Amino acid sequence: MNRPLAKAALILIGMYIVLVYVLPLFTAPLPASLIYLYLALTLSAVLIYYTISGTTLEEFMGPIVRFLSGVDQVGPAKTARLLVLIVFPLLVGWQTYTRLAPSDLPPPENRTIHPAPPGEFVGLSNPFPKTPENIMMGKGLYAAYCSPCHGANYDGKGPAAPGFNPPPANFRDPGTIAQLQESYLFWRIKKGGVGLPVEGMPWKSAMPRWEVELPDEFIWKIIMGEYDGAGQSPRTWEEEE
Amino acid sequence: MEYENEKRMWSPLVERIGIPVILGAAVMLIAVFVPVLVWAQDAITQAMSVEYRDIPGIGSRNVIWVVAQQHLLLAGFVLGVPIFAWVCELVGWKTKEPRYDKLAKEFTKLLTSAYATTALFGGILLFLLIGLYPKLMAYLTDIFFPSFVVYCILFLLETCTLYMYWYGWDAMQGSKKGLHLFLGFLLNLFAIGIMIVPNAWATFQASPVVISEGSAIERAWAATWNPTWWPVNIHRLIANVVLGGFICGAYAGIRYLLAATKEEREHYDWMGYVGNFIGVFGMLPLPFAGYWLMREIYQYNQQMGITLMGGFLAWLFILQAMLIGVLFLGANYYFWMGITYRIPGSEQNYRKPILAMLVVLMICLGVWMTPHSLVASLEEARKMGGAHHPLLGVFGVMSAKMTVSNLMILVTFMSFIMYWRAGKQETATWAKVAKAVMGALLVIAGIAVIVLGVWGYFVPAIIRINYFSVAQVLIVLFIMLTFTPLTAALMKSAKTTTEMVWGQMPIRAGYCLVSNAVMVILLMSLMGYARSSSRVHWHIYGVMRDTSEYAYSPALGYAAAFMSLNTFLFCLLVAFIFWVATMGEKGKALPKEGLRESPGKVPEGIAPALAGGSPTSEEISRT
Ligand code: HEC
Repeated sequence: MNRPLAKAALILIGMYIVLVYVLPLFTAPLPASLIYLYLALTLSAVLIYYTISGTTLEEFMGPIVRFLSGVDQVGPAKTARLLVLIVFPLLVGWQTYTRLAPSDLPPPENRTIHPAPPGEFVGLSNPFPKTPENIMMGKGLYAAYCSPCHGANYDGKGPAAPGFNPPPANFRDPGTIAQLQESYLFWRIKKGGVGLPVEGMPWKSAMPRWEVELPDEFIWKIIMGEYDGAGQSPRTWEEEE
Repeated sequence: MEYENEKRMWSPLVERIGIPVILGAAVMLIAVFVPVLVWAQDAITQAMSVEYRDIPGIGSRNVIWVVAQQHLLLAGFVLGVPIFAWVCELVGWKTKEPRYDKLAKEFTKLLTSAYATTALFGGILLFLLIGLYPKLMAYLTDIFFPSFVVYCILFLLETCTLYMYWYGWDAMQGSKKGLHLFLGFLLNLFAIGIMIVPNAWATFQASPVVISEGSAIERAWAATWNPTWWPVNIHRLIANVVLGGFICGAYAGIRYLLAATKEEREHYDWMGYVGNFIGVFGMLPLPFAGYWLMREIYQYNQQMGITLMGGFLAWLFILQAMLIGVLFLGANYYFWMGITYRIPGSEQNYRKPILAMLVVLMICLGVWMTPHSLVASLEEARKMGGAHHPLLGVFGVMSAKMTVSNLMILVTFMSFIMYWRAGKQETATWAKVAKAVMGALLVIAGIAVIVLGVWGYFVPAIIRINYFSVAQVLIVLFIMLTFTPLTAALMKSAKTTTEMVWGQMPIRAGYCLVSNAVMVILLMSLMGYARSSSRVHWHIYGVMRDTSEYAYSPALGYAAAFMSLNTFLFCLLVAFIFWVATMGEKGKALPKEGLRESPGKVPEGIAPALAGGSPTSEEISRT
């Protein structure tokens, strides 16, 4: 028997279970915003599918409309309808309340991870050639200065990392240095968390500003070592031979 | 003698009031006028140095924001519509089907009233800009004056051509049709000119090219040919077709909902189909054009590129993904409803393919809408180890987005092909082979796009951008360019098993058309904001700073409210234009009352769709 309504409910519940209970078995749990998004997509898929033709529309919406309109209902169906009509508004009210009630959680941060760099850092290029010696030196400096936070494996999992929020960047992630040009890194390393512009709010990044400790030469070489060690290459516009 | 005369003339006056009085008056005049003159001199120098004026309470920037957006949307409509009005006319002329000609004429009618409104808003915008931003305008005038002249000439030509095109429609039928088509071609040519000239002014602000030497024309030319000029031209041209298509679709949708006769229902159902088709057709290459534009921006200025794509404007692109997603869904939904409602009995055959397409679309949308940095509470972020999810974070980067947008384009294209073939039976001997080849190509293309997308994570950005993304685009284009003629050839010899029935679509199809139009308008308002706010605190990037009190970027919520306001206002304007355009028709329709079906005797269950006249499921299942 073909029961679209039951199918739709199953799909939604299944999706919910996968997102909330199954996925976390393999990886970090999803934030609520994503769960909402995916559930909303699933719901719209279901709605679209069942309203494409008159037949499916009737199969899908018919029982709902008949149930809610309450025409010719007797016995348990009648009670069920009454229950739904009472419980549903209560649910909406509860949901609204929990959304608006003050809580002790800090608000979500929409931190802009990669704000635009200041003009004077745009377009710089690494003045040092990519020789094995330079890369080696860069890696050495990295191990000394950066690995406590960014990790010996360039994965953001250094011994000091768990103490910081936002956490130190994971250079192996395709969303960090692989997207950036060398000049961008030069700026970030030189100026650190305190050098972030307004859009980089809130300014609580633990990334040190290295301009005092490290000469420019070291920074450029660290950048080389960093890309090499993380197995990434910087974003460029001209192709390198 | 003359002196005598004069003396005689003057003397009575002198005699009567006396010389001292005259002298006194002169002194007074001087006393009054000299300061006035000096003051006027002051005022002139002062006026020359006024950099900004404000409209208290509302703010000059907000006023410009609204007026400019209205002007741009109207202009988009006015430039998009003639393109496909002309194409429709051409099709009608080639196929000798009068309904295409009628459709083209109906589109052009909307054009005439929209054209005047667009010009009006252009005028308001210009006055406001001169008044509110004199410093900027003086600078732009200095650079672009030669192109102002070109613009005015183009405008004159466009206006003349439009009038001849519209008023000559009926006169130039038959043997003179060729001339009329040529007029339509000119109309579009001038229209494109009218678009690209101001585009130069706007793109100059984002990516200026200033040369200090050379004649006025040389300077204007250098400034015109700036790095983002052509990317924006192409992007806007295509987007205008999309806007025009979907707005005409919405017009048809509303007329369909209000239609009282069977003929009207059939006509507007068909018009809605054409509008939606044109909108989708334009939408398919649009992401490619957008990608090219972003690339040029990045290449021109990394800072601006980052502000847009990674910085505080990045959230706009998540909104953009949502809107485009809804648009893709809406367009496909309309196609699918078209298949099940217009081709009776086809429903069962198409359920499975539709389900498959829907699932692919939804997965693509899910990927596209997943932001790289997620909105997460502190606790959630702790568990994820940052704002990037360890697994789903990979959906956040360009490689994934490009892949899914290519796939969505493929799916939508297949929706269209499916619609095209629905209700027909191929008779060609090679039909089986052709279909098998097409199926295989499609699967290969899909896999290739995905493989390139995944591989894109492991190669340097430059390789991905220059080769992989381009290859993905080429694959999709290849599919479109081979499938279209192949299907056309197949359909030529195909015999129709079930005739398409027009005028059967349910009410939600009409609403779907309207919603698509609203999505496009929202989308254009959104990206219009992105384009101009990417200049941040510059009037002209890196050349002229914004020193007004509005030299800050508004919060995203504030900006979103303005986008909604702009969308709303534009919908009102369009509704007004449509209303004006249909007023004449009503007057004409009245005397023909006798031709209409008499009330009470509604044939074949046809009533206004809004009154619940759409066929019910029982009717469908009976057929
Ligand atoms: C105290 C811990 C700490 C140390 C030591 C440290 N960093 Fe960081 N770093 C961070 C944190 C936290 C972030 C993420 C927040 C941010 O972007 O500012 C970060 C971010 C970065 C980024 C930005 C990545 C992106 O995608 O935007 C770069 C590049 C970087 N660090 C390089 C270095 C280098 C090179 C060194 C060594 C010279 C170093 N860091 C040392 C904590 C540290």
